Order: sequence, then C-alpha cells, then structure tokens
Amino acid sequence: MDLAAILVIEVLSGIAGLALISIGLAVIFGMMRVINLAHGEFLMLGGYAAIVATNHGVNIWIAMLVVAPLVVGVIGMIAERAIIRFLYGRMIDTLLATWGLSLFFIGLVTTIFGTSVAGIRAPLGSVAIGRYSISVYRLVLIVVAAAILAVIFVVLRRTRLGLIARGTMENPDMAAALGVSPPRVYAMTFGIGAALSGLAGGLLAPISGVLPTVGAAYVAKAFITVISGGTAILAGTAAAAGLFGSVNQLLTYFTTPVIGEAGLLAAAILLLRVLPHGITGRWFRGSL
Amino acid sequence: MIRRLPHPGIAATTAAMVAVALAVPRVVDEFELLQLTVFAALCILALSLGVVWGYGGILCFGQSAFFGLGAYAYAVTAINLGESTGAVVLAVVVPALFAASLGYFMFYGRLSDVYLGVITLSVTLIFFNLMNSTAGDAYRIGKARLNGFNGMPSLPTLNLPGDPGRVLDPTEMFYLVMALLVIVYLGLHALMASHFGRVVIAIRENETRCELLGYDVRLHKLLIFTLGGGIAGLAGCLFANWGAFVSPTVFSLAMTSQIIIWVIVGGLGTLLGPIIGCLIMQYLTTMFGTQQIANTNLIFGVIFLVFVLLVPRGLVPTLARLGARAFGPPRARDVT
Amino acid sequence: MTGAVLETVDLSKRFGGVEAVRSVNFALAERELRCLIGPNGAGKSTLFKLLTGQLRPTAGRILFQGHDITGDHTHAIARRGIGIKTQVPSLFNALTVREHLWLSARRTNPAGRAREIVDETLERIGLTGRADAVVGQLSHGLRQWVELGTVLAGNPTLILLDEPAAGMTHDEVARTAELVRDINRTHALIVVEHDMQFVKMIARTVTVMHQGAVLLEDSMDRILKDSTVRDVYLGKHGGR
Repeated sequence: MDLAAILVIEVLSGIAGLALISIGLAVIFGMMRVINLAHGEFLMLGGYAAIVATNHGVNIWIAMLVVAPLVVGVIGMIAERAIIRFLYGRMIDTLLATWGLSLFFIGLVTTIFGTSVAGIRAPLGSVAIGRYSISVYRLVLIVVAAAILAVIFVVLRRTRLGLIARGTMENPDMAAALGVSPPRVYAMTFGIGAALSGLAGGLLAPISGVLPTVGAAYVAKAFITVISGGTAILAGTAAAAGLFGSVNQLLTYFTTPVIGEAGLLAAAILLLRVLPHGITGRWFRGSL
Repeated sequence: MIRRLPHPGIAATTAAMVAVALAVPRVVDEFELLQLTVFAALCILALSLGVVWGYGGILCFGQSAFFGLGAYAYAVTAINLGESTGAVVLAVVVPALFAASLGYFMFYGRLSDVYLGVITLSVTLIFFNLMNSTAGDAYRIGKARLNGFNGMPSLPTLNLPGDPGRVLDPTEMFYLVMALLVIVYLGLHALMASHFGRVVIAIRENETRCELLGYDVRLHKLLIFTLGGGIAGLAGCLFANWGAFVSPTVFSLAMTSQIIIWVIVGGLGTLLGPIIGCLIMQYLTTMFGTQQIANTNLIFGVIFLVFVLLVPRGLVPTLARLGARAFGPPRARDVT
Repeated sequence: MTGAVLETVDLSKRFGGVEAVRSVNFALAERELRCLIGPNGAGKSTLFKLLTGQLRPTAGRILFQGHDITGDHTHAIARRGIGIKTQVPSLFNALTVREHLWLSARRTNPAGRAREIVDETLERIGLTGRADAVVGQLSHGLRQWVELGTVLAGNPTLILLDEPAAGMTHDEVARTAELVRDINRTHALIVVEHDMQFVKMIARTVTVMHQGAVLLEDSMDRILKDSTVRDVYLGKHGGR
C-alpha cells in the first residue's frame, strides 16, 4: 500500500520534472518554431540565479520562484532582441546562434563561478509514508508543475495577452494590421519561455546541483518531450511528459536508472515512428 | 554517370595527403605526431557527417553518437578479447547497426529535417547521460567496466592482426590513420560518383522528383546514413586508440557540435571541405586552449554570435562559398 | 474495358465534408491520349493526385494494366511504368539536363544503354544543345521540357502530365503540343490542362469534369459544341 503510494509519487514527480524542464522549450518551439539550443543553459542560469540569491540571504522560495525566472526571463529577452530576432526563418543560423549562446553562457558562468558544483539543500525535509520516507520537496515539485501548466492554460485561453500571443503566432501580418506589434510579442514570448526555463532550473537546483554544464543533462529530454508532444504546447507537453515520465520512473524503480534512460529514448523513438508529428499531431489537435 | 577522369582536385588532395603521411613522421616530434594522428582521425569523423549531411541532405546533429559507440565498442571488445582486430570490426559494425535501426525509424516514418536534427541530437545526449551514470562495478560488459563519467583508461591499443603482443607504435598508428583517411576519402568519392551516389545527391536536391522517378528514397537515405554511422564508428575506434582512453565526452553536446561546425566551416557539399574545416577548428581549439586569458567556450560562443550577426547573407552560404572558393571545386555541384 | 492501360472504378476522394472526386469511372486505352479538362474545383488535380499516389482514395479502385494499384506509394506507382510530371516543375536544380535524363534512364537500364537513351531523348525533346546546362538556371519553358524529357527517359507505359503548357509563351505552347503528339506515338498520356489553345492542339478524346464527377467524355469537336460544357465553364449551374 505504501509502496503503491511511493510509486505513484515517484512517477508523478518524474512527470513533473519532465514537464518543468520542457515547458519553456515548448513555448519557444511551439509558438515560434525556434530550436533553442541554449535551452539547457537557461535552466542552468535559473539554477545559478536561485543559488546565488539564496546564498545572499534571499528566502529560498523567493529565490526559486521569483528571482530565477525574472533573471533568466530578462536574459532571454535580451538574447531575443540582440540576436535571435534577426534570424527568424533561417533555421541553421538560428541553431548556430543559439548554440553560440549556449557556449557563451557556459563560458561566462565558468569564468565567474568556476567549475565546481554549487548547491543548496532541498527545503522542507522528508515525510514518512508507511515504511518509506520521501522528500516533501518532491511533492512540492509535483504541485508547482501542475500549477504552472494551469496558469499557462489560463493565460493563453482566458487573457488578452494570451490571445494576442496566439494570434500573432498564427498570423503576424494580421496581428500587425490589428495594431499588435509582432516584434514585441516575439520578445515577450521568448522572454516568457526563458523565464519558465529559469523557474524550472531554480526549482530543480536543490535536487541536481548546478554545474556550468548541467544544461546538457536536461536538453536531450526536454527536446524529446517537446517534439514528441507535438504542436499543442500544453496538451503536448503534458501528454509526452506523462508518457515518458512514467516509462522512465517505472523502469528506473524496477531496474536501474540506466535502463530507465534507455527506456525513455526507446519510447520516444517508437512514438515518433508511429506519430511523426507528435502526440498532439494526431489527438487534441488544435488544442492549446 | 558520364565517365569522367578523376577530378584534378581529388588527385591533388590525395597526393597531398600521401605526401603529408610520408613526410610528417620525419619532421615532427612525437608530441606533434600524436596531435596530427588525432586530427586525422577526426577528419575521418568529419567526412562521415560530410557525406551524410552534405551529400545526403540528412540533418544529423548527433553524429557523435556513432563516434562514441565506435569508441566504446572498441574499448569493450578490446578489453574482453585482449586482441584488437575483432574490436575494430565491432567498432564499425555496432554503430552501423545502430544507425540502421535509428535510420529505419526516422526515414520510414518520413520524419523531416527539423525532427531528424532534434532526434539525432537527443540520441547522442541520451547516450551521454547514460554512459555518465554507469560508474560502479555493476556496470560492466564482460571484463570491461564502463566506469561512468570517469571513462575507461588503459585500453589495449591496435596490434597486428593475430599477434596481440605486437602493438603499433605512434609512427605506425599515424601511417594507419592517414591510410584510412585516404581510403575513406577516395572511397566516398567513388561512391558519390556511382549510380547510388548520384541518386543520393538527387534526393538531397528534390526528394519528390526522385520518388516520381521510381527510386526508393527511404532506402537510399537509410543506406547512406548507415554508412556514415560506420565511418564515424571507425573514427571513434581510432580516437580511442589515440589516447588509449574513452569517456562519455565522446557523446557530448560539445563533440557533436564540433562535427557540425567542421562541415559548415569547411563547406557543405564537398568532401575536402569537412577535412579542412576540421583541421582549422582543431588548430584554433588547440591554440585557444593553451591560452589562459579567457574560457574557450566563451570565446567560441562570441565568435559564433559575431559571425552569425555580422554576416547578413547567412553564415552557411558565405562560409561555404568562402570555403569553396578557397579550397573547393569550380562548380557548386562538383565533387572534390 | 479490357486491354485498358489505366482504369478507375468508382474512384472517390472525400476531404471532410467535401467530395472532391465522385465515383469516377475512367478508362484509357494503350497509346491513347486523353485530355482532362474542367473549370476550377472540378476535381482534376485531385484525380491526378489519386492516380499518382500522392493521395489515397476514400473509395474505389485504380487499375494499371490490370494490376490494382489503389493506395500504392508514389515510387511504387512510378516503378510500374507511370511517368509523372507535376504541376509545378519538380526538378533537381543543381544538376544538369543530362544528369536528369540519366537518373531517369539509369534506373532501369545498364550504364551504356542509359547513355544512349539520354542522347536519344535529348534529340527528341530538342535539348541536345543545352545538355550540360544547370537546370536551376533555365527558363520556365525549358524547365517544363526538361521535366518532360526526364519522364520520357524512363520509358514509362503511361505518362501523366499536369499542366505541361502552364506559363509558356505561345511558341513554346506550340512546341510542347508537337512534343506531346510525338510522344503519343509510343506512349499513352493523360494531360490535365487549363489552356484550351493547347488542348485543341493535341486533343483527341477529352474528359470534362465538373464538381468531382465526369460530365462528358467525347471527341474535342463535340465537346466544344456541347452547350452543357459551355454552361459549366461559364459558371451556370448544370451538368448532371
């Protein structure tokens, strides 16, 4: 019974982790079709922002939930205005530029902070469930991930901002004709995608620690989740994270983490073989 | 195709490579010899992506996956067998088989450019993560412990077939790698000039038209992709031998990015281009690596950004054109 | 129809609520030249894409030389001996004219014979002088002819042409008509066309489509005189 509860929590937290690291990329890729190779670095910067803020006395929750997304969001917007916006439509150049950004951020952070692992401890300690104990923080992550998805849904569906964003992505010329400034919308969207990644990085910092190169660990899974999810940002990310998170965590629990990773890759390849446009290329098409 | 004499560029390049192979061991010291050996091995790697992307039009961002598989396959087999010949064979076969399976899923699923790039990138990164987590005694294949992020040291290096005691010395290694480079270079040229090769190029130009002519596009892509995987695996084997060491960095984002840069800088669509691109970038990396002023990543990052922004026509066409004008063939579609 | 090169049986294609092709029964004899005409939205392009395998029918069958090719992949259809020229010229821009024809001929012939076929085809379409020109740099009319030659070099039994005269000058249209008539001496052809001048130059039997179905199938003369056809082209309601 406790085992079942633990398993459920493990799986949910795996899904939450995947969803968190992917949602920022999903926004940028899903809405702007930009492949952001610096995505891992946005996560990394969020982690560093949270850690530095915490080490300077800021409350850990504020550091993770406010400082990290703010800092990375601003960085993202600057990157978009300074670099990315000149390259829309030029895929290879965008790849090179975001890759250049990735190297730049890694180099910058290494120069400033060195290569050792920085860390903060997961707050809230652990709680007992039957014979097992589980870190409360993982439960928090599950809740936060769900909350983030819910907020995005509400913003996109119910607010004017969301409507403008969706409209501009569909048809920038039309939006411009209606008085919306597409460049502004792109900058904001990229910034928000970056902020979401920063938030995720901050939240995951206590669990994984941060190295300048920690982005690489996230990038693969984030990309696979987003591509497998398909064109719908929310439904896709949720569905793919759900599927892969379950496969990964269950395999990891019953065998080894290595097999869990391999299982995730295998699941992704099989999925894309069957559904080349991702899950929401076939079902829930046209949803958010 | 119309029977032509080997393009003068090919002959010249081959002659240059042979000349280098013969002259170098006489004029450089051992350290530089080792450097050049690894450069040559990486040139073979560059060729593998050069043919898959430049000729096949397949956007493979994870070529390092096959490179790494080759390196690890060599390491594991050499440790288990104590003899290198079988290890070399597996170093080519294992990545080729993996490329074939991956290729099957991608091409027969009719995945397109962007997806191909992302999936192949993800594959190499997942290998990276996977291999990094294999530290500990439990992770072993036969006698070979994988060692996770620490890597596998003290690999048995290449010996003469059948004679495990007779290991190749650095000069012999250099000759071998150069010989393989020349063979791969000429072999790929011959292949690209054959019926199969011309179809692959045509697929890159216009996949639909190729299908309308009755060619099985998916099969051709699969075959060229598999070949690229095998060649990358060979390069991985040579790389592992160079340092007698292999670690998960062979799968890293840094590694796979470098391969892409070599091909872009050198010239997408030629064979000489990736070789030149590789040599230039390796030289620059070594040069920058030894200075302490600033972090290498930082420098390269800034260089990429500056290039991409200041070259309004786009980095790729300009560099490719510069590269082609400097080192390449007179006509865009010709093969050097 | 026995001995038909191509035959469709109740062929239909539905997109959501729209029936683009309705129960088309179509038969083409060996070495027949058929023109397929009709106003915009009549279903010509859809029917063409069904025949080339670019679209799968929702109902009905397609038979080529007696074999059922319904739902086959495009390259399988091409392999059976159907040559296809699409509406927008689909070519290899970086390759030369000669290389185009060679690729086409070489698939089913050994190298030596392929080279001969290339030279013969170059003669036939009148592009011998341009054999080594890079196709991406040729004018639109020339590109159409290169595509025609490329298809021809594969020696298909049946050739499907989608608007071969599109975008051409008057002289080019006349030349294309000549080419098509010449090709028809040895191959069956289905030509989808809008350009009535061109159609008049080549047509024997014409199939007129309207609203997804075959309206009338007859010789060019009678088609031109038919009032229903005229109404349909002028937009008046009518047809079946």
